[in-house]
Amino acid sequence: MAFAAFGGGGAGAAVAEPVALKRSWVAIGLLAPGLAYLALFFLAPLVSLVLTSLQIAPEGAGKGEYVQAFNWGNYAEAIASYWPHILRSFGYALIATLAALVIGYPIAYFIGVTARRWPMIQALALTLVIAPFFISFLLRTLAWKQLLGENSWIAQTLHGLGWLPSDQTIVGTPFSVIFGLTYNFLPFMVLPIYTSLERLDRRYLEAGSDLYASPATTFRKVTLPLSMAGVVSGTLLTFIPAAGDYINASQIYLGSPQTAMVGNVIDRTFLESQQYPIAAALSVLLMGIVLVIVAIYVRRSGTEELL
Amino acid sequence: MRRLSLGKWLLPLYVALAVVFLVTPIVQVIIYSFNDSRRNNTIWGGWTLDKWLNVCDQQGVCEAFGTSVAVGVVATLIATVLGTLLAIALGRYRFRGRGSTSLLLFLPMATPEVVLGAGLAAQFLAVGMPKGFWTIVIVHALFCLSFVVVTVKARVASLDPALEEAGRDLYGSGPQVFFRVTLPLLTPGIVAAALLSFALSFDDFIITKFNAGQVTTFPLWIYTKKTPPAEANVIASAIFVLAIVAVVVVQVAAAARRKRLGITR
Repeated sequence: MAFAAFGGGGAGAAVAEPVALKRSWVAIGLLAPGLAYLALFFLAPLVSLVLTSLQIAPEGAGKGEYVQAFNWGNYAEAIASYWPHILRSFGYALIATLAALVIGYPIAYFIGVTARRWPMIQALALTLVIAPFFISFLLRTLAWKQLLGENSWIAQTLHGLGWLPSDQTIVGTPFSVIFGLTYNFLPFMVLPIYTSLERLDRRYLEAGSDLYASPATTFRKVTLPLSMAGVVSGTLLTFIPAAGDYINASQIYLGSPQTAMVGNVIDRTFLESQQYPIAAALSVLLMGIVLVIVAIYVRRSGTEELL
Repeated sequence: MRRLSLGKWLLPLYVALAVVFLVTPIVQVIIYSFNDSRRNNTIWGGWTLDKWLNVCDQQGVCEAFGTSVAVGVVATLIATVLGTLLAIALGRYRFRGRGSTSLLLFLPMATPEVVLGAGLAAQFLAVGMPKGFWTIVIVHALFCLSFVVVTVKARVASLDPALEEAGRDLYGSGPQVFFRVTLPLLTPGIVAAALLSFALSFDDFIITKFNAGQVTTFPLWIYTKKTPPAEANVIASAIFVLAIVAVVVVQVAAAARRKRLGITR
């Protein structure tokens, strides 16, 4: 890490030059504990994960016993056995993210722009949007399982209207998993978009209509570009946890064996069958794909300052 | 004028529906905390206050709750102290490697929970550290750290450097200026970060599952129950009400302060 590089710091500081050196020592003091913590418990585990993903089971080894090797075959095996789960994870996460964007943007717009004149309504709506954060993730997902379950009024109504075949359930389908992902991560979408819309100057919108732009054009050319930073961080904050989530997809929550995502496989192979190398290889793949997507996305949308 | 009425009624109506969608499962959880259930809390058996009055009669739930609170407090302390120091360094000082430090802090947030959980579990396995209370604390402090830095850094960025300069002009020493000017000004940000950390830690399931060993936190306890008894709803509802009250108090206090200072937003 960059510890040794701090000596010449203080370039941008608005203080007199002589303090620069002393101040950079202060900076090292402030940074050292946190960076050491990250090195020890974030970077080192990632290295461990890569090393584990290359391990091999020696002849006659018991369950969960592996030795260090460079067995790249683990990756081939992980992909060959679990490629549907990997595809499913990113597919579900993508649909849930788009759904959350479509559902969440108008909410954020209402709180950030429309409700500005009424601070009480604004505060109330904001509190209601973050309310799901305050109730247990597992219990609110189980509540949906019950609300969408076979005996629920929702399922009964849909059966009654003939919109849902009588032998078809809602829970256990890809729909219910994506529904759960969308619900659970929706606040992560709304909050950053709200933050960027809240700073939006209303006069820009008035200028748009003064120049004879239709509301749709004003939205497309003014509002949306000005809230792009919020859209980017909202979609990332939704997509990343959705891709790695496995509560919604698990059988005792909203899923079935047919909806298992890569997280379910990592959980099972690591904690139950103790196939550590396969679990580690899948984790490395998941993280690698997420990072590539994030990097391309952040670069494409031109919001690097986001970090 | 048709366009205008569309915007006037359609959007509020839509938001009202969205709020119903967001709140429905919460209401469900709270209602079922009053359920006079026998074995299965998915079947309605009538209203009762029993579960609220005798929560701890349900085996293990109060122990799990206590463990979650203890983990949350210790992890929040670690994350808040380390994160505040990092945020001050990033917000106040220019140094080489500042960009890579920011990136390093962003990475844990860009890592799916299951990867963080499996990574630390692989690490603890490799060094032969037994999983338990302290491994949970270590992982929780880790994933809270980045959120603390982001929250406190925003506060550092909004600080007026003139206030610290005034402190130095009045012959305040470095530590004096820090403890009597900088730190008090940062306090709202630090408190918000600590609350966020505690909430994240208290509700975490995935990372915890990989690193808990035999220790049971409140979410792990719910998970092992498959169809959790009403006592789980009681604790979750109580926490929910407390959190909402805290949010309302903070908002009312902020509004009162704005009024006192004569700021009209």
